[in-house]
Amino acid sequence: MVDSIAPDLIEVKNLEKRFALDEGFLETVKFRGGKILREKREVHAVNNVSLNIVRGEALCVVGESGCGKSTLARLVVGLLKPSAGQVLYGGTRIDNLSAKDMLPYRRKMQMIFQNPYASLNARMSIEQALMEPVKVHNPRLSRAEIFDKVAEVMQAVGVDPSWAKRYPHEFSGGQRQRIAIARALTMDPEFVIADEPISALDVSIQAQVLNLMLEAKDQRGLTYLFITHDLSVVQHFGTRVAVFYLGSLCELADTKTLFDTPKHPYTQALLSAVPKLSDEAPSHIRLKGEIPTPINLPPGCPFESRCVHANARCLAEHPAPLQKPDGAIVACHAVEEGRID
Amino acid sequence: MSLLSVRDLVVKFAMRHQTLTALDHISFELAQGERLGIVGESGAGKSITGFAILNLLSQPGFIAGGKIMFDGKDMAALSSEEIRLIRGDRIAMIFQDPMVTLNPVLTIGEQMVETLQAHRNISRSDAEKIAIVKLREVYIPAPEERLSQYPHELSGGMRQRIIIAIALLLDPQLIIADEPTTALDVTIQADIMELLLELCQNNKVSLILITHDLGVVSQMTERTLVMYAGKIIESGKTREIVNDPQHPYTQGLINALPQQTVAGHRLKQIPGNMPGLGSLPPGCAFHPRCDFATDICKKSVPEFVSFADVKVACHEVARLHKTKKAEAKDG
Amino acid sequence: MSTDTLSRWARFKSSNLVHDFIHNKVAMVSFLIFAAFVIATVFAPLIAPFDPYDPLQINIMNSELPPSWQDGADPQFVLGTDDQGRDLWSAILYGTRISLIIGICAVALQAFLGITIGLLAGYVGGRTDSILMRIADIQLSFSTLMVAIIVLAVTKALFGTQSFNEYALFMLVLVIGIAEWPQYARTVRATVLAEKKKEYVDAAKVLGFGPIRIMLRHILPNSVSPIFVISTVQVANAIISEASLSFLGLGMPVSQPSLGSLIASGQDYIFSGSWWITAIPGFFLVLLVLVINLLGDWLRDVLNPKLYKG
Repeated sequence: MVDSIAPDLIEVKNLEKRFALDEGFLETVKFRGGKILREKREVHAVNNVSLNIVRGEALCVVGESGCGKSTLARLVVGLLKPSAGQVLYGGTRIDNLSAKDMLPYRRKMQMIFQNPYASLNARMSIEQALMEPVKVHNPRLSRAEIFDKVAEVMQAVGVDPSWAKRYPHEFSGGQRQRIAIARALTMDPEFVIADEPISALDVSIQAQVLNLMLEAKDQRGLTYLFITHDLSVVQHFGTRVAVFYLGSLCELADTKTLFDTPKHPYTQALLSAVPKLSDEAPSHIRLKGEIPTPINLPPGCPFESRCVHANARCLAEHPAPLQKPDGAIVACHAVEEGRID
Repeated sequence: MSLLSVRDLVVKFAMRHQTLTALDHISFELAQGERLGIVGESGAGKSITGFAILNLLSQPGFIAGGKIMFDGKDMAALSSEEIRLIRGDRIAMIFQDPMVTLNPVLTIGEQMVETLQAHRNISRSDAEKIAIVKLREVYIPAPEERLSQYPHELSGGMRQRIIIAIALLLDPQLIIADEPTTALDVTIQADIMELLLELCQNNKVSLILITHDLGVVSQMTERTLVMYAGKIIESGKTREIVNDPQHPYTQGLINALPQQTVAGHRLKQIPGNMPGLGSLPPGCAFHPRCDFATDICKKSVPEFVSFADVKVACHEVARLHKTKKAEAKDG
Repeated sequence: MSTDTLSRWARFKSSNLVHDFIHNKVAMVSFLIFAAFVIATVFAPLIAPFDPYDPLQINIMNSELPPSWQDGADPQFVLGTDDQGRDLWSAILYGTRISLIIGICAVALQAFLGITIGLLAGYVGGRTDSILMRIADIQLSFSTLMVAIIVLAVTKALFGTQSFNEYALFMLVLVIGIAEWPQYARTVRATVLAEKKKEYVDAAKVLGFGPIRIMLRHILPNSVSPIFVISTVQVANAIISEASLSFLGLGMPVSQPSLGSLIASGQDYIFSGSWWITAIPGFFLVLLVLVINLLGDWLRDVLNPKLYKG
């Protein structure tokens, strides 16, 4: 079944995720304009997103809070079931598999979480936390064999194996994130999803963890889906970048192309807003208004309310992602019509 | 004369087993209208500095020594009532998380009027007029309607603007902003920072900006203090510090930024972690992580001395400066 | 291995729990009294001068003797005797033993049912959650005593006093245990709902662990604090319930008295001057319940992270 020649490790097709805001019958009953209505409000977290992740690359997904990037990560890894669309792993559809059929993919796909203070079980020693997954997936291994595996991985992430008996609270945030990475690596995954893995860490520690992830990529041939809001990290880490806004894909391009020639107005604004060391004063593209809520989205372009280039078509019609000559995929009417370049 | 003068400030925390020194002889001056950045990692003592200036330290922290002179008055010698009058009136503070700083059960208007009436003998309608003027100053659309709204009806960026408007209500001489945009998105952060800068410049308000983000400090401030493990290790003009840092820690912080490295290459990381206050190494607190440490760094605490255009606490700063210059010539 | 256990002991000694305990006089005194209760009941056969279950040691001629500090007392009965001439001190030791056994076993049963149901409801969610929690609501809307009285009275009527008395202990544990499980189920469900959202649970799912392993190995150990706290309150409640039922004649028989049946057996004699038969076991019951509740209060203060982390 698995086609090992396929260059795309992951393929996401027309993925959608909606969360119901009103659960239970009573919450859906609303009183409006003298009438009693039954209405279900939904949050459109991910909206008709298609993208692919090539074997060996690091695809970065950027966007602001609530843009659906974390939901996308959870959909790909199977923590959430999509409302519509498909997730394919090496050509096989995995979003509709049963827990049992999913097991082989569980080993190949691992996830690193944002908060190293919450992603490790406080009641388990490091040794227990790292040995458990190996034991569960290889019931025939002896304890010594399992420990060898764990010690090897701990060494690889720079955590002294002699600390294995300690509990998470005895470690700093950076060390915990190393341990969380080690836990993912115990499974020998080929694909790692990292959801804001460094945003809870201090600046000098961020560099350490990023370096560790780059090393793991080179040595183990990992493929990454890297979720972040920090564009300077993206520029350094990603081979390609996907920019999200309100659950929709705005722009997807090679890192260099995106940073050199951002095309979508939102990408342009986002890039200009990053404070740089060379700046002597804020110098960013000002957006009007605020980010709208993703509840019952309007039919048009999600960025329309804040975009200086918006016109009537942007209000009425959702822009389709289109490929530009330099390979960038952009979803914007103004770019398509040549109103902006 | 400077507006704020902090001399040899020592703050300690009385813990169960020992007393920890959170701030170790911090000294700095701030002129009227000047913008100062305090940079450091979490636990370096930058937030505690802000709290200590306002005498807002809570148990088990306490000021164990030093002087904080604000506008010629010694803050430590004032009664709690006198400090209360300065707080909010002459010095305003903006906190990190706009979601928790506003009281969720009071409307924006009530909170603004309450703040004004706590410090001025003023009628409700006059207070509301001032509130509307200030809301307009921070570019809040339709300010009259906002007064009757509750915090949860507003977005994070809007709330932080309102917090800034509240901070400006009494025309303070000094604003202390503790990571004011960390909880906000990049595009909103840029807006808020620009607003804060504009307000400080227009009204000649002094600003202490506490942050971990060197990029923000670079955009916003004229002078910068770099803190590490409770001490100031480097201070000077922001430009100088950003372009030509002298302390190996400051250099490390700047070099560790992804923008300083070619994409895909290893970042120049600082090894190790900042030590906890309970386990500070002898000598220079940075020496276990420092590539340039020598024997003297392990033994004695470096003095805070002038070097080049900045002040820096490092034994090896002269040698370091020379190598850096030589490298710059070669490269 | 020894270094490991040693460090675990050292870790325990330096923990917040122990530190707070040493600095809290109320908790210390309560714990000492509770420990004294436990030791006294465990070693009751060694401490007690008489065996209250042995009819040969009971002499009706010794009935209603006052405690030793009163006139007309017999020095071999320190706290006096009851209406049948049983040594009150021995009866209280054995009675406390039965009260504690019923209390702890009933709570163990409650905890087992409640934790299982709470874990399932909280983790699985959806319809399972709704159904289980509605059952809990229904159970809670009957008061424990009402359920217990009905069940015990019916079984007593069905099987006769003789056979009921034989199995009274089991019946009490069963009835009190089943009547109060929703307390646990609700608390556990609430903590599970909070824990379930934490990233370590997602991490466990991504690692391919099954739901039972996640519930038992990951979520449950992180939910023990509230379980601990309600357990103390529930033991106190169960002891009170048992005493009430025995007082009403639906609990332990007079031949195997618990604290409740001792109090009940003396109530006819209060006005004839033999107040001690009711008052002294009553005092021990109040003391036992009080120290358990005080310990529970202290535990709640210490284990509530909002109170000590701020």
